[in-house]
Amino acid sequence: MFARQQAAAAHANWGEFVIEAFIRVLGFSTIGFVLLIFLFLLREGVPIFYKVPPSNLFGIHWYPIFDLFGTLPLLLGSVFVTVTAILIALPLGVATAVFVREVAPNWAREVLKPMIEVLAGIPSVVLGFFGMHVVAPLIRETLGAPTGLTVFTGGLLLAYMALPTIISVAEDALDAVPKSFRDAGLAMGATQWQTIWRVVVPAARSGITTAVMLGMGRAIGETMAVMMVTGNAARMPLSLDALFKPARTMTATIAAEMGEVAQGSAHYHALFGIGIILFILTLLINLVAVSTIFKKQRRGGLR
Amino acid sequence: MSRYWVQRLGFALLGLAALAVVAPILVVIGIIVVEGMGAVSWEFITAMPFDGMKQGGIFPALVGTLVLTLGTALVAIPIGVGGTIYLAEYARDTWVTRCIRLAIVNLAGIPSIVYGLFGLGMFVLFLRMGTSILAGALTLAIMTLPVIISTAEEALRAVPTEFRTVSASLGGTRWQGIRYIILPQALPGIITGVILGLLRAAGETAPILFTVAAFFLPRLPQSPFDQTMALPYHLYVISTQVPGMPLRIQHGTALVLLALVLSMNLMATIIRSYFRRRRQW
Repeated sequence: MFARQQAAAAHANWGEFVIEAFIRVLGFSTIGFVLLIFLFLLREGVPIFYKVPPSNLFGIHWYPIFDLFGTLPLLLGSVFVTVTAILIALPLGVATAVFVREVAPNWAREVLKPMIEVLAGIPSVVLGFFGMHVVAPLIRETLGAPTGLTVFTGGLLLAYMALPTIISVAEDALDAVPKSFRDAGLAMGATQWQTIWRVVVPAARSGITTAVMLGMGRAIGETMAVMMVTGNAARMPLSLDALFKPARTMTATIAAEMGEVAQGSAHYHALFGIGIILFILTLLINLVAVSTIFKKQRRGGLR
Repeated sequence: MSRYWVQRLGFALLGLAALAVVAPILVVIGIIVVEGMGAVSWEFITAMPFDGMKQGGIFPALVGTLVLTLGTALVAIPIGVGGTIYLAEYARDTWVTRCIRLAIVNLAGIPSIVYGLFGLGMFVLFLRMGTSILAGALTLAIMTLPVIISTAEEALRAVPTEFRTVSASLGGTRWQGIRYIILPQALPGIITGVILGLLRAAGETAPILFTVAAFFLPRLPQSPFDQTMALPYHLYVISTQVPGMPLRIQHGTALVLLALVLSMNLMATIIRSYFRRRRQW
């Protein structure tokens, strides 16, 4: 009798040992996936570096048909569109976060938060579709330009795609500012408005930086909407009026061209090379974003 | 009292900013619903496309997206929930754990098109799966992991420590505590995370471009090694790649995709708020 119980217990322990080992493996799997992704990008992308000289790779002409793989116009295109998006999304997002967290009456909060979640859920191809059919014609007509598919159109759409991230992270940052900060501001005779801008927002600065960085990462990696509304012209955007001209981003280039290249060709490897650039860029942006969180925790003052 | 006028003006501006964020969302949804309603019918949803997709319905694309989402769920749920249990219940605060957290942040930040490249390089070519539902679902599953893990971990951590202590004091092992106490309590939160992850997978286009999506394939997928059409890619194709495509069909497709994704969103919200209200701790 006793022996049987012991055997059952041993059996259960053995079963648990297997389950727990399995869970441990699953826990570590995310590290494995990041490494695998980087490994396969390298495997398919690195050959471009010994197939094509660097002067070509970092040149200003992207014409794969003539074996010209200058990534500079694509890189600048991505940066230009992303900067445009952040310039729109930063003030809107921070203001909305402040409004939701500090000012809005309850009913407005109940409406705003689900709406922002809805925005986060809209597929980028649907936003791109809307951009093509509604936003681009509007921009074309107001500017009298030959096309509405411009850097500005892309930046505008991207701003709205980055907004949910920026708003929710900035809101968390404002949430983390202790109530005593606000009380102190008000007790000094400052208005609520003065307290918000001179005490609360500065105290949440590092969190807001994180919000903007994460939004930027989101914007630079966006593919479908950007491809559908920025016009896809691989030109160097050198002057400011390029804002209302077509451009082409790294993501759109991969998406548009990968379907048509022969596997193993220089063009194929070049597209993976762009993937490496994107991977490293977003990695750096995320590291900076997260390190500001860590810094805040280490200082330990705010929570 | 001028500074109170400054405050009033400032609050008004903040309100305007919030309005500028929300109003366009309503416009987007409004326009797509109004324009799409005319096109969507039972036949539109259940018919094969024909005449170069200019006539007929979107049945294979809709089924393709549902199959892909199901496949993603089959892969992502065990990995995501297992990984979450490890992080919330087993992991101690060591540098390895910090590496895992960093990896999750990075997975969340990797552009969707890079997932597409990875899927092409690893699943389609290296593992010789070809452009198939299997390759697409695996790619999408890895992409949805960070969403599932971060939402589910919050749910596990919200279960009070006393529950674990009581379970242990009654002689339960750690795993029994997790299996019979923690997981059931955290289930609504886990389900919310899974739905949020899957809704992202259902709406994404870039990761499936080179791993599974077929331009035009008017039949239902037969096996996991088949290609398939998918709604987001179909919308991209008919709105940019096919000249002379009737606008009606484009709007109808956009509406079906939007409705699918938003209804999943609504489901997640309802589950979350319902269980939050019912919770007794």
